[in-house]
Amino acid sequence: MALNRTTSDGHPVRFVQGNEAVVLGALHSGCRFFGGYPITPSTEIAEGMARELPKVGGVFIQMEDEIASIASIIGASAAGAKSMTATSGPGFSLMQENLGFAYITQLPIVIVNVQRGGPSTGLPTKLAQSDTMQARWGTHGDYTAVVLAASSVQESYEATIRAFELAEKLSTPVIVLLDELIGHMREKLILRMKKDIKEIRRPFPKVPPEWYFPYDIPNDYTAHPAPFGEGFRYSITGLVHDRTGFPTSVPSEVIERLDALREKIITHRKEIWNWKEYEVTDAKYLIVAYGSAARAARGAVAILRKKRIKAGFLELKSIWPFPDGPLMSAAKQAKYVFVAENNMGQLIHAVRENIRHTINVIPINRYDGHPLEPEQIVYFIKEEVYGHSTV
Amino acid sequence: MGTQLSEIHEYLRWRKRFPTVWCAGCGDGTIMGAILRAIHDLQMPQDSIAFISGIGCSSRMPIYLDFNTLHTTHGRALPFATGVKLVRPDMNVIVVSGDGDALAIGGNHFIHTCRRNIDITMVLINNSIYGMTGGQVAPTTPIGAIAHTMPYGNIDPPFDAVELSLAAGATFVARSTTYNIIQTTNYIKKALQHKGFSFVEIISQCPVLYGRLNGMPDPVDMLLWQKEVAVPLSKAKKMSPEELEGKITTGIFRDEIRPEYTEQVYALSEKLQEKSED
Ligand code: SF4
Repeated sequence: MALNRTTSDGHPVRFVQGNEAVVLGALHSGCRFFGGYPITPSTEIAEGMARELPKVGGVFIQMEDEIASIASIIGASAAGAKSMTATSGPGFSLMQENLGFAYITQLPIVIVNVQRGGPSTGLPTKLAQSDTMQARWGTHGDYTAVVLAASSVQESYEATIRAFELAEKLSTPVIVLLDELIGHMREKLILRMKKDIKEIRRPFPKVPPEWYFPYDIPNDYTAHPAPFGEGFRYSITGLVHDRTGFPTSVPSEVIERLDALREKIITHRKEIWNWKEYEVTDAKYLIVAYGSAARAARGAVAILRKKRIKAGFLELKSIWPFPDGPLMSAAKQAKYVFVAENNMGQLIHAVRENIRHTINVIPINRYDGHPLEPEQIVYFIKEEVYGHSTV
Repeated sequence: MGTQLSEIHEYLRWRKRFPTVWCAGCGDGTIMGAILRAIHDLQMPQDSIAFISGIGCSSRMPIYLDFNTLHTTHGRALPFATGVKLVRPDMNVIVVSGDGDALAIGGNHFIHTCRRNIDITMVLINNSIYGMTGGQVAPTTPIGAIAHTMPYGNIDPPFDAVELSLAAGATFVARSTTYNIIQTTNYIKKALQHKGFSFVEIISQCPVLYGRLNGMPDPVDMLLWQKEVAVPLSKAKKMSPEELEGKITTGIFRDEIRPEYTEQVYALSEKLQEKSED
């Protein structure tokens, strides 16, 4: 990590990869356990953690596969550590079962998925955004995901910090979706000062062990299971459970549990939502995108505005739960919404679910392993404006 | 027996969840008793114990026990336990697993945890069959035995879990039976005291499925079968391969000290932290 400088107000500046920014974000968040397995294009995250964690008293372990990786970080979380793993498509697939375990047991973990082309082994060294829906629906059973995204090195750092905050606050797994382009490119990164990092940690029980119910359902629906070894002996299980943590199949208790798990995410959705608007106020043509596709979308808006076409862009920095409020407000003047994605069309389903039927929702896709380019987006939008493109 | 029962009682959850899911005559309860007696004899504080399992009949055990308990996903108890142990090296981490859980779906985790020699005690309850799902063939089902997915007799050669753990590098390895429960308790005690990965396989009985499908529907028949096939290691050493055909060797197969994983992890961390302070 060369080029160590500081900004005029003293913030350290680095020139690093997105994957390295994730490492720095995790360390600054107090992450002290990483269980991982090598996979392109996420491996630099594991390597960075292997280098840095022991220096701060943390633990890095390379597990035998991705199933074990996520299992180990959930175990570490049960023991009270802030823990994470990083992977890419095939590894993310292998993690899906235990992702559901972390969700139902309310054990906070962070998973970074540096997306690559699929299906199967697909395009290991090329970018894609084709795990957008896997991140939402990948684990079996009804599940409400919390998924953040990043379109730059700086945002990779910020999204990782935010992921730990949300995981600890909501006691739930949080996924950060990067892609090969963001993970591997180098940009300027301005680090936070120590004093600006407020470390959020799950609350410790306020009652003595005799009164302790780990899975009570409070007003904000969030249970925070006590760390192991602190005198609160209770049951953690992947079975649907009652407030003591004991398995139950009593219909009323089942509904109560599954509802609470969903409500927890839904009631906090406005805190989870993160987005940025570009020229949306009068935008007749609105682009929606995240990650590396967002970089192209920003460029496209600049080109179109120069040609006096009222284009705007809504960048999603959180994807699930879907930011329907921000979309609705950005699309107020829109006649067309373009969903630009490095896949065959995934995010577009959520956009269609939420958009008024009088607005045309048009896909712009690229799935050859290469990043979308501003001109491509411009081309598609011009087709709608002029009926054909003049580019 | 009365005092032994009350010893166990204090380790059961106070909102006692009985009856258990186990069938009458199952070996799981007997082994649970053996584990609890070992813990009691060693005076291990309940707060210090993380009791972890995967999925299966025997994996239901932690739910009834008043420790820090983690009932995980099928086959994955060991990597979960690895995470717990690495964060809390001061805790006593115990894993209970069935044969399908540990050796089929969890086989990869099993060999790698042996290899790392992390200080976890694993009790493998081997009943030669999948109980919870209703009697399918396991990687421990003997050749020729009947299971619902081997209705014409098993043709899949079984694993010997002891051989496997020895080859993979476990530093304490023992095998016993539910029939010889005193020996079982002693082995578990030794395993709990061992520094490093300790592995105890217990030949157990599933009379309801394995027994019924293989001519031993009465749990007593199964225990007598165990008595008949179990051969102590000392005696087995003097027997020919032909004589050992169909027998199960019991005893302590390995008890040695090698660098323990958690200690290595923390030693490295301390060294690096000192360096950065210089
Ligand atoms: S099915 Fe077999 S192993 Fe399972 S509880 Fe019943 S007797 Fe025990």
